[in-house]
Amino acid sequence: MEPARTNSIFFDQYNVTARDLETYLSEALSRGGDYADLFFEYRINHSIVFEEQIVKSATKGVNLGVGVRVVSGEKTGYAYSDDLNRENILKAARTAAFIANASSEGGKVGIPSPIELENNLYAIPLQPADLEIVQKIGLLHEADATARAYDRRIVQVQTSYLDETKHVLIASSDGRCVWDVQPLVRLNVMCVAEENGQRQSGYQGGGGRRSIDIFEGDLNPKALAQEAARQAILQLSAVNAPAGPMEVVLGPGWPGILLHEAIGHGLEADFNRKGTSAFAGLVGQKVASELCTVVDDGTIPFRRGSLNVDDEGNPTHETVLIENGILKGYLQDRLSARLMKAPLTGNGRRQSYDHIPMPRMTNTFMMAGESDPADIIKSVRKGLYAVQFGGGQVDITSGKFVFSASEAYLIEDGKVTAPVKGATLVGDGPTVLRQVTMVGNNLQLDQGVGICGKEGQSIPVCVGLPTIKIREITVGGTEK
Amino acid sequence: MDQLKTTVERVVQRAVQKGATAADVLIREDDNFSVSVRMGEVETLKQAISRGMLLRVFVGKRTAASNTSDLTPALVDRLVDETVEMARLTSEDQSGGLPDASLFEKSFPDLNLLDTSWEKLSPQERIDLALRAEDASLKLDRRIVNSEGGAFDYSRSRTVIGNTAGFIGEYEGTGAGLSAAPVAQSGSGMQRDYWMSASRHVAGLESPESIGKKAAERALRRLGARKASTCEAPVIFDPMTARSLVGHVFQAIAGDAIYRRTSFLVDEIGKSVAASGVTIVDDARLSGGLGSSPFDDESVPTQTTAIIENGILRNYLHTAYSARKLASRPTGNGSRAASGAVTIGPTNFYLKPGAHTPDEIIGSVESGLYVVELIGFGVNSTTGDYSRGAVGIWIENGKLSYPVQEITIAGNLRQMLRDVEMIGNDLTFLGSVAAPTLKIRKMVISGE
Repeated sequence: MEPARTNSIFFDQYNVTARDLETYLSEALSRGGDYADLFFEYRINHSIVFEEQIVKSATKGVNLGVGVRVVSGEKTGYAYSDDLNRENILKAARTAAFIANASSEGGKVGIPSPIELENNLYAIPLQPADLEIVQKIGLLHEADATARAYDRRIVQVQTSYLDETKHVLIASSDGRCVWDVQPLVRLNVMCVAEENGQRQSGYQGGGGRRSIDIFEGDLNPKALAQEAARQAILQLSAVNAPAGPMEVVLGPGWPGILLHEAIGHGLEADFNRKGTSAFAGLVGQKVASELCTVVDDGTIPFRRGSLNVDDEGNPTHETVLIENGILKGYLQDRLSARLMKAPLTGNGRRQSYDHIPMPRMTNTFMMAGESDPADIIKSVRKGLYAVQFGGGQVDITSGKFVFSASEAYLIEDGKVTAPVKGATLVGDGPTVLRQVTMVGNNLQLDQGVGICGKEGQSIPVCVGLPTIKIREITVGGTEK
Repeated sequence: MDQLKTTVERVVQRAVQKGATAADVLIREDDNFSVSVRMGEVETLKQAISRGMLLRVFVGKRTAASNTSDLTPALVDRLVDETVEMARLTSEDQSGGLPDASLFEKSFPDLNLLDTSWEKLSPQERIDLALRAEDASLKLDRRIVNSEGGAFDYSRSRTVIGNTAGFIGEYEGTGAGLSAAPVAQSGSGMQRDYWMSASRHVAGLESPESIGKKAAERALRRLGARKASTCEAPVIFDPMTARSLVGHVFQAIAGDAIYRRTSFLVDEIGKSVAASGVTIVDDARLSGGLGSSPFDDESVPTQTTAIIENGILRNYLHTAYSARKLASRPTGNGSRAASGAVTIGPTNFYLKPGAHTPDEIIGSVESGLYVVELIGFGVNSTTGDYSRGAVGIWIENGKLSYPVQEITIAGNLRQMLRDVEMIGNDLTFLGSVAAPTLKIRKMVISGE
């Protein structure tokens, strides 16, 4: 049974009232403006680092503040207070109001009426902030011991645990008022293997919007540690990666970072509204092979990129970005949706109360196809099979993107052969998915480690992919 | 005594009362102003004063850290108590503890970090800087059709640190950045680029007109970019991209990477690791430097540290912790992470300029790549393996010839450092990590 959702701590513990919200919003719109909102945040973070077989350090963070935004046409004024002091919030509201100084008439404020969300995508009995530190340390001990026992060539192991419990309350001048409590946990294992003076590292992590029971299933500390150790050992025998264009098979799960970089960012509405995205004006056109259907879905229970409501208080959605190869739409925040006269998609997100929201991804993935993954490998005469990746990046305007493989193999005559060293893959966002010739029946979402950066703001996201084959993409190795 | 100092002293005292054997606390207060403009109109305007407290406590050889943005006394007290309790649950670490008390100093040189004349600029004048930078980029050429805008950011920041060894110190600094990011268009598509300037002093900031013009020129020269053929060729990094290479060297000489053995420069002190012309320093005492400070985030006085001298690796950079791990001494590079824990950070970390003009360097290449932008994270600091996405201008017969994109450049940092063939005289500080133009003898370029 789901535990009952309690009232927001901003009402219960900090004694914020609906009347206060109205006062702050009125102040924000005192010089005019179309719209104002308040973003209250109380966030508790913990981290523990385990290294050299000891608990090296534990940290705790407490962040509390309110962001005030005033929107007037295409303009945004923003200010924030680092505490809930009434005078400080009013001062922030007056500062944000400065943007709308062209108008002398105050904007209209609807009285915020708090609504409780019906569903909770991350209902858990105990928030991470309330767990005992000893339980968390236990996970790290287990991961460390497993990694060390994996192979005598593992010479260094660092494991770390991170959690976050984030309370938000969002109130806007059109009368909307919602709150949420967003848990997030993550476990990381990093190993260094050494042999004959050569060193290699391996990494694996996992987590999601859940409590630490998430580490009892597939993401148990033993499994994460074995995977990190396996990658470090594997790299000791890696050969140089090839250079040049070739057929590439991407494994399921985290290689979905391809979608995030190649098309996801380019479909964020702000770049399209301004006409600076390589995808601007392409809705309704074919941008991918008909095998490709790509969605951004913020409503998957317990996933790292999921949210009950976005950071503007709007419910998250399943948004179809590409359907059978045709570009369907963009990821919207409130400002862009209004200016583009498009429906909201629940993608307005921000790093914290001291940042302005903008259109961002949630969980972005390609729907499964029909091919057997083994048949996909068999169909390649000479190519690359990439299964693990580091990060990626995209130039929104030119559409060129990169993502860097950390575990990849050569495919020779339909068989996976030698592991190769890390290499960056480079391609063109609006055309790369046209080259998708096979899509596997094995969609997987990543294990919960994604961090997306945009204009200096970092937020948690998730990606997913079935095994796919790309006819040609440039691989940036050193073997010509 | 002002409020921040009072808070610092109170927090240190409370930690001791609760059983901490040592503690240090840092409070930073920032007065921020930022504006972005686009197509001649203000797009966002953001202004706030933000504070953050970063606390570290030791109970014997055990440690914990914490951070908060809320300095309400009751909350701070509770957090101090919890931090001491957390420390009791961690392990004894023989290398733990505050820096040795003999290191702390009482007087520091004036590093010229503060320029109060920023305060004379009204909000409208600050907005105008961003508008002028964008306008200059839009006006340069009719192929500049769109813009990601212009931006001006300013902050005045005050740092106060105190610890249980009796040290209390503070410093204040200003800093601002101005940038423009125009979009150029031709039949072959759109290209964006940017230019920026950063300075602690009003007088040090490049003019908005110059920034806008350079940004537009950078975007225009990328129009019509094509792929290059896969080949091995000389690669020249402009100062904007060369600074990322110097940043990779920082990652590899940071003391924590050394004791973890996650660096390609482990066990190389005193050995030749780069071409003989390569000299890299970390200089925290550079007057007015973007990365300058009198003492680091764990109160250790800063210094100038030779990293690579004429190709020979001289020193790693240390916090008190990494120094103890490696039987070395702290170099004043302690930097507080957002969590409150101490990590290692660069100060003004740069490669010293050489004798060549950028034109001479370009002129020396018969066929090769001039890199103007790098994207992606394909750098493995443990092995030095390097593979990143690049945008550049192809050089033919010593002249910049045509733009290229959707390519990668690959090699190994170990070899790339040895292959630095020419060093420019154009050291440019776009941030605290900086470099002049650099020519690498050869790398593998992957494209068509």
